[in-house]
Amino acid sequence: MRFRDLVQLSLDSALRARMRSIMLLLAMTIGVAAVIALTSLGEGARRYVAGEFQSLGTRLVVVIPGRSETGGVAPGLLAGETPRDLTLSDALAVQRLPGVERVAPLVIGSAPISAGALEREAPVMGSSADLLPVHGFRLARGQFLPPGELSRDTAVAVIGDNIARELFPGRDAIGRNIRIGDRRFRVIGILGDQGRMIGMDSQELVIIPVSAAQALFNSESLFRLLIQARTRDDMYRVRAATIEAIKLRHQGEEDVTVITQDALLATFDRIFTALTLTLAGIASISLAVAGVLIMNVMLVSVSQRTGEVGLLKALGATRLQITALFLTEAILLSVAGAVAGLLVGLGVDWIVGKIYPALPLSPPVWAVVLAIVVAILSGVVFGLMPARRAARLDPVAALAGRR
Amino acid sequence: MIELREICRRFQMGDQEVRALDSVTARIESGEYVSIMGPSGSGKSTLLNVLGLLDRPTSGTYLLDGRETTSLNDEELAHTRARKIGFIFQSFHLIPRLTAFENVELPLVLAGVEPQVRRPRVQELLESLSLEGRARHRPNELSGGQRQRVAIARAMVMQPAVLLADEPTGNLDHVSGAEVLAAIEGLNAKGITLLVVTHDAEVAGRARRHIRMRDGKVVEDINGHA
Ligand SMILES: Nc1ncnc2c1ncn2[C@@H]1O[C@H](COP(=O)(O)OP(=O)(O)OP(=O)(O)O)[C@@H](O)[C@H]1O
Ligand SMILES: [Mg+2]
Repeated sequence: MRFRDLVQLSLDSALRARMRSIMLLLAMTIGVAAVIALTSLGEGARRYVAGEFQSLGTRLVVVIPGRSETGGVAPGLLAGETPRDLTLSDALAVQRLPGVERVAPLVIGSAPISAGALEREAPVMGSSADLLPVHGFRLARGQFLPPGELSRDTAVAVIGDNIARELFPGRDAIGRNIRIGDRRFRVIGILGDQGRMIGMDSQELVIIPVSAAQALFNSESLFRLLIQARTRDDMYRVRAATIEAIKLRHQGEEDVTVITQDALLATFDRIFTALTLTLAGIASISLAVAGVLIMNVMLVSVSQRTGEVGLLKALGATRLQITALFLTEAILLSVAGAVAGLLVGLGVDWIVGKIYPALPLSPPVWAVVLAIVVAILSGVVFGLMPARRAARLDPVAALAGRR
Repeated sequence: MIELREICRRFQMGDQEVRALDSVTARIESGEYVSIMGPSGSGKSTLLNVLGLLDRPTSGTYLLDGRETTSLNDEELAHTRARKIGFIFQSFHLIPRLTAFENVELPLVLAGVEPQVRRPRVQELLESLSLEGRARHRPNELSGGQRQRVAIARAMVMQPAVLLADEPTGNLDHVSGAEVLAAIEGLNAKGITLLVVTHDAEVAGRARRHIRMRDGKVVEDINGHA
């Protein structure tokens, strides 16, 4: 039998048994679409987080106050001590270490922001001029914090675009005064929409000099210290040197956690890869269900078509040919289902992408390949048994409509 | 040429054995026109199935064109069936989703014949059976007589040496039946060996040789018109 005729005959049979084919297609489509959409979700989340880290700038080393040891409780706490604060003088000490290019201290809090009669609550971030290159913020207009001594308490602020529009509707905010808490600041720049930090939107943010923020929140302690190393290789040396330097300054107590950006990234990467795999596993169950459905429906089809099988045998069809006919039909349906599932899955991704532009979804290549291979394989595997049953039918009995 | 020697076909039904064919010996030359009659259950269909290589005898030898067939494997049987034997059934056995043309084409498709070769052959056969206007129709759009003629075309498309018809007019009215018989007799006139199982004495009477069966045995074998 010619290959084209084989496909044509199988296709004919699939198209004629419309209900049966639609059912199989649907099952396969749902299975494949589920795999595509769910792995896209996992992968999208992974890339989103990776992107967030990327926006923190490369070569980044982050100092977090407090010792977070994998053992659980910090040894300092057991000894009845509270961890020492991370302070601006720590930042200055770190700045002098070899391999350190920039240091941006971070103080974070929330305060009421007002201009005239308009007021709203917003996250306030205290930092330095170096935050711009270290973090990767973009300025829409104006200037960022001026460079200079960290301890200089200048009353200037860089505000997010949304805040600017809310406080100064229809007017340019640059050069105008705002109140943060009970202090007055002059707006010198507007943040662009680029640059996000986990859980923080630059458009909703107010950035002021670190000393001003310390005064505002009445606290000496830093939330984070962001260090940019000169090169990627410097990153690990800087990490070690930072730990040493701060330990020295904190009476020999190692009471900070210093992480490199790629270590963080790798951790999140592992978490999200595991998540994606789990989702793929769950979605695969629906593929398996589709496979079993193919088998059952093809078995019913074989028993409905015993007469036809008998006839084919009377016309001289071999067992191999009859197996091929039924198997091809199952494979055609599962391939069509896989393709439809791929399209539906990508469609779901596209729609989600429209609704949440921040979470661009696209399936990992391995998931696409896997879903299609598994779909086709299940067509073969689950189609084979019914096909062989058809091929083994006794022609006389089959012609008589008996099995 | 068909040669049967002491062919037996037994079926086990629980603890009872049914002798569908009980030591049948016969010889049928190429180009013969044979009718097979006998009461229901006498083994006519079983004989035809054995002759058509759809069923294997329990014992005995069957030579088709001088070749022993009982030792052939499934694959060889299928090939022999495809090339040498045409079947016509009482219930037509057309594939409902295929058109008349495609039904006739099917044996050629299974044999892997190229479309440009098989199309004219199918067309020609349909014309010779006055079915050219029905080529695109599906079986449910055809009358019984037309369906049976499509089945005849399908049986003939591989140009077999033997045509086996199991009650070919059983489901047809008198006029359609006569048309169908005329068609297969025309084929016989061109040299095909024709075996017709029938309950209808009038149909049987048209053959040149008459076999009568009872209880799986050939009880009468008359050559010449009754
Ligand atoms: N697969 C089978 N299993 C058991 N017994 C069978 C089988 N096929 C046929 N028989 C028996 O063999 C005998 C001959 O059957 P066969 O179909 O050849 O008769 P027939 O002459 O064609 O009858 P009819 O005129 O009714 O078609 C019957 O007794 C039948 O019951
Ligand atoms: Mg019968």
